[in-house]
Amino acid sequence: MPEFKQPTTEQDLELAFEQLKPYMNPTMAYYESSRCLFCYDAPCVTACPTGIDIPLFIRQINTGNVDGAAKTIYDSNYFGNICGKVCPTEVLCEGACVYNHQDVKPIEIGRLQSYATSQVIEKEKRLYHPAPPNGKKVAVIGAGPAGISCACELRLMGYEVTIFEAKKHPSGLAIYGCAPYKVTNEDVLDEIVWLQEQFGFEILYNHPIHSAEQIKSLEAYFDAIFLGIGLGATRPMSIPGENLENCYGATEYIEQVKISPLKVRVGKKVVVIGGGNTAMDAASESARLGAEEVTLAYRRSKEEMGAYEFEYELAKGVGVKGIFNAVPTAILGNGQVEGVRFIKTNSENGRVITVPGSEFELPCDAVILATGQEKKTGFLSLIEGLEWNKDGSIKVNVETFQTTNPKYFAGGDAVNGGAEVVNAAAEGKMAARGINSIMA
Amino acid sequence: MPNISSNLAGIRSPNPFWLASAPPTNSGYQVMKAFDAGWGGAVWKTLGVPIINTSSRYGAINYRSSRMVGFNNIELITDRTLADNLREIEEVKKYFPEHAVIASLMVESRAEWHQIVKDVENAGADGVELNFGCPHGMCERGMGSAVGQEPSVLETITRWVKEVAKVPVIVKLTPNITDITEPAAAAARGGADAISLINTIQSLMGVDLDTFVPTPMVDGKSTNGGYCGPAVKPIALNMVKNCAQDPDVRIPISGIGGIENWRDAVEHMLLGASNVQVCTAVMHYGFGIIREMIPGLENFMREKGFEKLDDFIGKALPNVKTWENLNLKYKVIADISAEKCIGCQLCYTACEDGAHQAIALPKNGNRVPEIIEGNCVGCNLCSLVCPVEECITMVRKDDGKKHESWKDYMAADKAPTTFNDDRAGGKGHWVPEPAAALKR
Repeated sequence: MPEFKQPTTEQDLELAFEQLKPYMNPTMAYYESSRCLFCYDAPCVTACPTGIDIPLFIRQINTGNVDGAAKTIYDSNYFGNICGKVCPTEVLCEGACVYNHQDVKPIEIGRLQSYATSQVIEKEKRLYHPAPPNGKKVAVIGAGPAGISCACELRLMGYEVTIFEAKKHPSGLAIYGCAPYKVTNEDVLDEIVWLQEQFGFEILYNHPIHSAEQIKSLEAYFDAIFLGIGLGATRPMSIPGENLENCYGATEYIEQVKISPLKVRVGKKVVVIGGGNTAMDAASESARLGAEEVTLAYRRSKEEMGAYEFEYELAKGVGVKGIFNAVPTAILGNGQVEGVRFIKTNSENGRVITVPGSEFELPCDAVILATGQEKKTGFLSLIEGLEWNKDGSIKVNVETFQTTNPKYFAGGDAVNGGAEVVNAAAEGKMAARGINSIMA
Repeated sequence: MPNISSNLAGIRSPNPFWLASAPPTNSGYQVMKAFDAGWGGAVWKTLGVPIINTSSRYGAINYRSSRMVGFNNIELITDRTLADNLREIEEVKKYFPEHAVIASLMVESRAEWHQIVKDVENAGADGVELNFGCPHGMCERGMGSAVGQEPSVLETITRWVKEVAKVPVIVKLTPNITDITEPAAAAARGGADAISLINTIQSLMGVDLDTFVPTPMVDGKSTNGGYCGPAVKPIALNMVKNCAQDPDVRIPISGIGGIENWRDAVEHMLLGASNVQVCTAVMHYGFGIIREMIPGLENFMREKGFEKLDDFIGKALPNVKTWENLNLKYKVIADISAEKCIGCQLCYTACEDGAHQAIALPKNGNRVPEIIEGNCVGCNLCSLVCPVEECITMVRKDDGKKHESWKDYMAADKAPTTFNDDRAGGKGHWVPEPAAALKR
């Protein structure tokens, strides 16, 4: 029997998506913060893409200065609470904690970070005031972590900022993509509301920018434009059967899980194709939504998976099985998915070689493709002089995040090819400084 | 099996662990429970003319996640009638004839002293302890530490008691005095059979940052209390040692101050205490801590080959000298174990900012700091801040053949005598130029 059943109520959902990093109470935070050594040139800070002064905010928590701790965090990272919950801390700050070298449990930095930030959000503490208007206007396309971070930083410098968001919620993948057992939508939206109250930027929802005319008018009205557009839809595999019902792209599947989890009809036997963190999330979420059997299939070996080890462990923890060195050649079925045909592979010098005659079929009633997302090069081609790399990522100056069209700046997944919320938050902030360095 | 039976100036007890005169010995019920748990003796909560206590009596210092590393009280002597106390002393002695019951006493006139000594002897007390230590409340009325701070008065009262006492007389000393050996010697002159120390230290535990009232608070006001608990052990050890080494004292010592486990007790005894008294640790953890203390002491004695307590009482005394007798030719230098180092670099910043700039950061990308041998003065600071046991050790560098103390230096005219004397100890020691501090 599977551990989880199909959730039908909000209570079921809470159980299925029980938080991996629940909020600490004050006693836990006090004890945990007491353990921090206050390292010199602390490795946790170096490991943080946003360079939060972690020993300082932990010390502030320990001395009862929670507002000060939150300020220390937000000064470096506007997605303080969200990152505390969704960051892969195991490979970032907590992975760098010197306690690891002593075989002592590292400090729970992520949870301490959320402890401090969630309190100023809940108490609606005012920590920031935008600078007086400097008369310059910036458009931000995409209200994801990069776009919102860019907006916050710009507001601190007196820019007027308008964010154009195609969807009806802010925060991009924080709400549409992050695993629901890592952060709740409520927590995500609360932080964005708090940021908006602190910094006073405008978000225009359901405002997709997709035409040359729109771009022209933005260019005419705004002094600079920041592209925080993220990535596109799941990239097709170009194998037969991809358009069968119950064959989903992981991004689209996860978005449904995040926005209307009770409406998701997960299959009994689910096959997830891919070996990255998105594949792990899709597999875990399927299992938590009551799938009886979830199989993760990756074309290379287990060791070659792009996913973090702890993410695979998480998936295994909810019953996901892995098969490796198997590449799908067709999704089988008639209208509905009935199975996947694989062929076994060997990896030689990084290349995947199929083994002739090794085909096998795996019966299933749902397939999730977690094989990467498309780049939005169609949109980018509407902008004059804007160049992108071979892989579709936008070319930027590494210091200013200015693109090859000097009016445009960019950051986040559209530039880094798809990384963590924390990377996007860091890049958005740096891009804002880049904008200011060029416009001021 | 080592023999842990104890004899303090003729007062015998099955082991050297006594309860100090304090709230845990307020009643026959508590003392009986303590003896049943394994305690060897108890000094009864000070008897005298009953007092009236305040509500709110204790304060504590917590250090990070450790509670009550320091503790204080503004409680006075017993608030129960003498008759009740005497009846209970008698009853305890009936049940526990082999255990030591000592009556702590505090009265004013010679007649009162004579009367109360006789009363407690009649009740079966094995000894009396004269409370010349209490540093709060009672001292305002000319008793407690007010006596302990006036050696001549202390001596007179001790004589009064000795005029009638048939049981051994212990004088309990206050540490709130410049030189503890003066009242100790006065006690000896007055005929005391033993001294006990230290009583509590005058203290304010802290100030409430909202109300501006120190703790403990009594209706919006506070008063100085008596400080005790683990934090005071070093002060107690030094005073015990001072008394044990003083040729004018020469009477047995009952060690008190910061004793929480067998180790603390052994340290007191190594510095000359014949037995020990415990209060705060029992107020924190209950009588049950004796379960750890007795086997811990026995195990120590077995391992060291000690058959009885006298085999090690005072054993550390020959190793405590005045500063001028320490060997200035003894040289140690810190050594960092690269294998054990976890890279917190606390040693670096401690030495850099708090000591002698004798630790360098590695240039090879790892995080193990390096000792600059020429600058290391062997102060121990790095080894003390290091969170890893035995990672930083102090390695002896001199050949052990030379012994020259300050005394020898003075005798041989080798010591600096003028402000700019070339013989200054730090002469030739490298110190960075002040402006180097501002270079980043």
